Amino acid sequence: MLVVEREARALGSIVRRNFHLIRRYLGWEVVFLFYNIINTLTIGLIGLSLPAAQRAHTVVYLAIGALLWNFLSILFQEIANAVSWERWEGTIEYSFMAPIHRLTYLFGVCTYAVLYGLLRTAVVLLAIMVFFHVSIAHADWWGALVVLGGSVLPFIGLGLMGAVLPLLSTERGAQATQIIQGVLLLVSGVYYPVSVLPVWLRWFSWASPATYTLEASRGAILNGRSIGSVTGISLELLLSGLVLVPLGLWIFTSAERWAMHRGTLKRNG
Amino acid sequence: MSSNALGLIPALECHDLWKTFRNVRREGWNRVVSQTKAVQGINLILPRNQILGVLGPNGSGKSTLIRMMATLLIPDQGSIEIFGMDVMKNRMAVRRLINRVSVEASFFKKLTARENLAYAAGLYGIPNRAAQQEATRILERLSLPRAKLVIPLENLSRGQQQKIAIARALLTSPNLMLLDEPTTGLDPTSRREVQDFILQVRADHDATILISTHDMVEAERLCDQIAIIHLGKFVANAAPADLISQWGEGQGLEYAFFRLTGRDLLSDEEPS
Repeated sequence: MLVVEREARALGSIVRRNFHLIRRYLGWEVVFLFYNIINTLTIGLIGLSLPAAQRAHTVVYLAIGALLWNFLSILFQEIANAVSWERWEGTIEYSFMAPIHRLTYLFGVCTYAVLYGLLRTAVVLLAIMVFFHVSIAHADWWGALVVLGGSVLPFIGLGLMGAVLPLLSTERGAQATQIIQGVLLLVSGVYYPVSVLPVWLRWFSWASPATYTLEASRGAILNGRSIGSVTGISLELLLSGLVLVPLGLWIFTSAERWAMHRGTLKRNG
Repeated sequence: MSSNALGLIPALECHDLWKTFRNVRREGWNRVVSQTKAVQGINLILPRNQILGVLGPNGSGKSTLIRMMATLLIPDQGSIEIFGMDVMKNRMAVRRLINRVSVEASFFKKLTARENLAYAAGLYGIPNRAAQQEATRILERLSLPRAKLVIPLENLSRGQQQKIAIARALLTSPNLMLLDEPTTGLDPTSRREVQDFILQVRADHDATILISTHDMVEAERLCDQIAIIHLGKFVANAAPADLISQWGEGQGLEYAFFRLTGRDLLSDEEPS
């Protein structure tokens, strides 16, 4: 059997396993989706408190931030949870002694996280459109999609770095990934322009891929910027992904090696 | 590696293997670091197609030893070769030749046996349909009804889960099987079925098996060679009959075990 075929089959089995798990926890999925919708609507409603002339623009501005943040949070949580879940169930030793490259395992987890994140974000988007009746007819949705496509890779790189934390601590690691999310939330201009940040914090904004994703998405949806004008940003995001993914993989494999020295992959026995 | 080449070299070789764990605990504001020497200078050669039993009290280093062989734990010192390949240098190739059953039947408990086995088979590149057919055959051999395959694992008994864990390991047709107390928690009938199956796997698949157990009858029945591990060291390694004649004074393997380790099999107390 070709190596590529074997690795592809392994990747597919990881994605399928996670969707099977969603099916088993369907009730909880509905609860979390409901929370996502409520949360996004609450943030959007801040825009309605402004004078009429600014309302539509602000609601969409906030909604884009909330949606992207929603997507990012899911991506982070699912990647980090995959490791902590496996440690909790005790299956991590079986997954990690399988003859597949670690990149395949992690890409399986990330592929699922991207698909699942897009699915949930699409439902929240639908709820926003129904609730606010905001006209975004002039929006360049294709441009926004190109930006999102370019952003996936750097976010996966960051997710891989986040996945290290549950590898280091079963009990607290998954919660600790929220620290990375919190920093991104603060510096990336999710609900406000980064220009309001103190100068020293803007350096972090410059380093966060979410800053560029948000700026370009808002440009495409609010101002109808053409695909051509956001392609450059998308390529830059893609390039940053080509740096962040190998870096994330290196950090993850280093942490795995540390766990294999310390004997902390196992839960007991 | 070709089967001819596999036949010429031992299935498993360990040379001067050491593993120490650091334990960190807090006493007030102080950080106290202690060490546990889990494996101390183990040497072992396991010829192909043999069954080696590793007997030892709880905490004697059995699982640590198996984890190092399974590429899950990095030794501090020494080497392990599986079919002539160093486990650290040829990790991927070694992983294709081995599989492991642990004392804990670790699964995604909300998923069914079928879903868990599909996941495990996929990781080894085995097509799902072929894996399911093989799993059904193995589980029927272990007297697990087909209907149990579609029930979430959390609703099955520990014994049933352990049978599925054995099926998961066998699905990949490993050349070397590492069984860490596979029959613990099984009722006598199931235990017998699993033992028969292990013997059948050895005969049919030309597999080499390393099994750790607390069950003396099981060890005597299955193993060509028995190694007794105590405080991380092999204190004896011989055929069951030789162990009994040399250490058992005609009173069986259990007596030999007590004499060699000076303690009960299930005792957790380390002698001072």
